[in-house]
Amino acid sequence: MSDATRAEICAVAIAECFRDDGETLMSAFGTTATVGGRLAKLTFAPDLFMTDGTATAAETVPALGGEHAPDVVKGAWMPFRLFFDNVVWTTNRHAMMMASQIDRFGNQNFACIGPHEKPKAQLLGMRGAPGNTIYHRNSYFVPNHTAKVFVEKVDVVSGVGYDRAAELGPATARHHDIHRVVSNRGVFDFETPDHSMRLISVHPGVSVEDVIENTGFELAHDDVVPETRMPTDEELGLIRDFLDPKGLINKEIPS
Amino acid sequence: MDKRTTESEVIAELKSGMTIGIGGWGSRRKPMSLVRAILRSDLKDLTVVTYGGPDVGLLCKYGKVKKLIYGFVSLDSIPLEPHFRQARQAGAFQAGELDEGMLQWGLRAAAHRLPFLPVRAGLGSDVVSVNPDFKTVRSPYDDGEELIAMPALELDVALIHMNRADASGNGQFLGPDPYFDDLFCHAAKRRFMSCEKIVETQDFQKEGSVHTVSINRLMVDGVIEAPGGAHFTECLPDYPRDEAFQKEYAATAKDPDAWEAFKARYLDVSEAEYQEAVKSR
Repeated sequence: MSDATRAEICAVAIAECFRDDGETLMSAFGTTATVGGRLAKLTFAPDLFMTDGTATAAETVPALGGEHAPDVVKGAWMPFRLFFDNVVWTTNRHAMMMASQIDRFGNQNFACIGPHEKPKAQLLGMRGAPGNTIYHRNSYFVPNHTAKVFVEKVDVVSGVGYDRAAELGPATARHHDIHRVVSNRGVFDFETPDHSMRLISVHPGVSVEDVIENTGFELAHDDVVPETRMPTDEELGLIRDFLDPKGLINKEIPS
Repeated sequence: MDKRTTESEVIAELKSGMTIGIGGWGSRRKPMSLVRAILRSDLKDLTVVTYGGPDVGLLCKYGKVKKLIYGFVSLDSIPLEPHFRQARQAGAFQAGELDEGMLQWGLRAAAHRLPFLPVRAGLGSDVVSVNPDFKTVRSPYDDGEELIAMPALELDVALIHMNRADASGNGQFLGPDPYFDDLFCHAAKRRFMSCEKIVETQDFQKEGSVHTVSINRLMVDGVIEAPGGAHFTECLPDYPRDEAFQKEYAATAKDPDAWEAFKARYLDVSEAEYQEAVKSR
């Protein structure tokens, strides 16, 4: 158990984000987030609903890259239109998206860096982030936690944060729910009076000072910040022997 | 009615400044033979509406796009479309960037002949600031909620690619996802469908259930038989994405000489020559 890598600790922290979701669509983007979401379904959140990444529900959990393996039990048809109609607009989804930038109130940017009219670096575009954040629960996964990612102000808001949601009023913001942020350094939530980001645990080997130094805004935290829990033997076995036998998550998050 | 036509005849109908919707999604089942025909034409100042893939990258590279209305542009296996990125970073066209779902609602509004549809997606995000012409509408009911009035995305022309079609304009998808091709057709004045193969109407159900004939002839004005017409995007089950070709295409963004060679070999040529050049690699 003590030999868990940083990536494995992150995968378990990601799995924990989905623990209480019940029967909802779990979408996770990025290698470690994919492993984490699937780990949750294999262990403490068996009712999670997921797809094979194409247009069909996967009713048994595939290994990383094994989405179309013959032994994966396929369920209902889930083309993009049903994705919108069935889970986004009906709010029945928890997505873990990536963030190229994220600010103190959880505003997220993966659209572009620099001014939108003529960006320095065009990234993914808005994709589904504006709709996702206004319609259902989201978390974020950041494999490279630096002050360039955790910024005072994002260049472009693709995912809506708590301050902007509050300005929209309670009716429009009633499904807005940024649950957690998991980075390679720690785990964060927004359970503060003004919904600013709070450090809730540091990964083993990371200090609170490390996190603060690598964060570009004032980060809330309790006097004593606990360590992120270690994976159990069962969880490590599932990650190493089944979900990710090639250890790809350790490339995304080096120890 | 026999609606069979060719890429050249379709292009002859198009005019500079038109709004063109392109079906498919990312680097999947794109009507690439029609896109390649646009590249060879004098058309310019187009407004392009799409869930973008290499169609957008190529149209941008050729300077055909005045305004792009999109939620994303991606090559799927290569997440960022390099030619699109270069054009964006040069400020080469107006970026009408939307949430993916808003794009669906804009097409749906046009399909239903409505001026707009109310949509919550986009509120609070910079979709609002990058589309300053979008207005909001207040619910007339007790909730009084303020929503974005997503304007109808009325298309002059829709271009889609299907696996099978008949000469009268019925179309069949045999892959996993119909994408939003039907909505693009409903939202457009003129609708052109390329396909891998034209079949007899009674033969559709040899390859797929009746549910896979998702485009009916009321939705289509012209049918083009274009085997390999979606190449290099995927067109399952007829062929997967040509990943090696896509890599070669993407790499030309960094290398002007490679781009010129790619263009000369694959794009400054007829569709038949394109297909030959692809086969002879």
